[in-house]
Amino acid sequence: MSVDKIWVLAEVADGAPITTSLELISHARSLGGTVEAVAYGDGTAAMAPTVGEYGATTVHDVGDLAGALPGAPVAAAIAALVAAGNGPDVILFPATYDGRDIAARLSVKIDRPVLTNVVGLTEGDGGLVSQHAIFGGSQILSARFTGEGPHIFVVRAKSFAAEPTGGAAAAVVAAPAPDTGATNAAKIVARHVEERIGPKLDEADVVVSGGRGLGEKEQYALIEELATLLHGAAGASRAIVDAGWVPYSHQVGQTGKTVKPTVYMACGISGATQHMVGMKNSKNIVAINKDQDAPIFSVADLGIVGDVHKVLPKLIEALKARG
Amino acid sequence: MNVVVCVKQIPDPAAPGALDPGTKNLVREGKLILDDSDAYGVEMALQLADAAGGGDVTLVSMAPNGETSGLRTALAMGAAKAILVSDDSLAGTDALGTAKVLAAAIRRAEPDLILAATESTDGYTGTTPVQIAELLGLPSVTFAKKVEISGASVKVERQTETGYDEVESPLPAVVTVTAGVVEPRYPSFKGIMAAKSKPVDVLTVADLGVDAGQVGAAGARQEITDVAEAEARSAGDIVVDEGEGYQRVIEFLEQLKVL
Repeated sequence: MSVDKIWVLAEVADGAPITTSLELISHARSLGGTVEAVAYGDGTAAMAPTVGEYGATTVHDVGDLAGALPGAPVAAAIAALVAAGNGPDVILFPATYDGRDIAARLSVKIDRPVLTNVVGLTEGDGGLVSQHAIFGGSQILSARFTGEGPHIFVVRAKSFAAEPTGGAAAAVVAAPAPDTGATNAAKIVARHVEERIGPKLDEADVVVSGGRGLGEKEQYALIEELATLLHGAAGASRAIVDAGWVPYSHQVGQTGKTVKPTVYMACGISGATQHMVGMKNSKNIVAINKDQDAPIFSVADLGIVGDVHKVLPKLIEALKARG
Repeated sequence: MNVVVCVKQIPDPAAPGALDPGTKNLVREGKLILDDSDAYGVEMALQLADAAGGGDVTLVSMAPNGETSGLRTALAMGAAKAILVSDDSLAGTDALGTAKVLAAAIRRAEPDLILAATESTDGYTGTTPVQIAELLGLPSVTFAKKVEISGASVKVERQTETGYDEVESPLPAVVTVTAGVVEPRYPSFKGIMAAKSKPVDVLTVADLGVDAGQVGAAGARQEITDVAEAEARSAGDIVVDEGEGYQRVIEFLEQLKVL
């Protein structure tokens, strides 16, 4: 099977396509053939110029979902296009909350397996080969589908570069969802936006993360203060998210966000494989941990063997003194 | 209210993992434990059933070799019973095949609510719960950080990129919970003793009426073509803090022009 047509889920946030979707459109273009987007919500017409600029020729517009969670209706709309014989060879989803839901529903609707946590996609004999980071990113596994398409891949953020090509605005074609019955019954009744200080975790140039070594929830304030002083974002290991110290949205790692900042500072984080896979491709890594045998030091450009409760306050004080 | 919790029994994540050189499946020999991520769903189920004035919490799991050690942990927490699907033909089954098997097992329990973790700690595919919902024709709400039952519906605070959404769904429904959503209880001695005699229904693929061609390595319709060492990062400067360690961090940040 040659890859003639690739669809990319173009998710919208704050009125624009999310970066991961643009990364996928850019990479899909490099794999040859036609690239088209699938979008939903009320901002699809406004995004047509942007997705066009990155290489998509068409936007299949599912339209407004009237408060429904996207999983069922968007998957149904895609499945209907596939059933009508207009489906692509490959469908790429960003590994987001909604992207994963839609991919999972679609997988059942068209009875095709899914490959998730993809960090690379290359052309192979008879289709695409996906790369996956396993065992904390120490090994890279390659996989491919052996059955018929469409082949569904769910791709992690920052796996590819987003590169505009100056393409014309994509044509918007309506692709309404058919009735999905009970599966579509979950409705959003209210949205809450939590105040965020500083840049987004996955877009920040500096990320300061804290882990179990902080000892207690209150000490996370050190991480937030340091992050603010460095104009960065505050992250966390799974251990302290599981412990309820900070919300899941701060989690860096296999089950959280992938980050690739200029500087990643791991404070009181031992470096479990779960964490490493989300940060080891940072350009520079600083680790502060009192256990000199902690695995985090194996990936650190600068490692400070010391107590975060002693090192961080001094560091914060020195940065404040610089103004 | 009857609640099903999907639980996975996995190799101890603290031990180094390995792939079988032949099949390239994850080696799952030896004792399996309850995936930590699932303890939250079990606790949530116990609390919701309690708040609703009673009902059974049933565990549903798929594991090789009739493995029950992880299930016993969840039974010791307070779950009433378990359905375990264990069958040699399931080796190499992917997420979709797993969902087909678990959905068939869940149908037997006729639950009002199905809980699962957002993803497992070992495979972390993260699609199985929603695939189950689609197979059962049910709504689903993923990434729940708070769950409440209100009459015949479930109210969920669902994690989003920028905060959370309040979501309502009629029951039955599938809900996946994030870690930290509740504080899982430690099994009491009494609970551990009681768990030994709680019923575990062990079923095969044939018992469930699932088509054998849909499971196992062949049913997965995907294959691992290669496993390679990732490019290693070279270790950098490691210094012991004698009170001036922070200064090294500042110098490093200056070099990178972050300061």
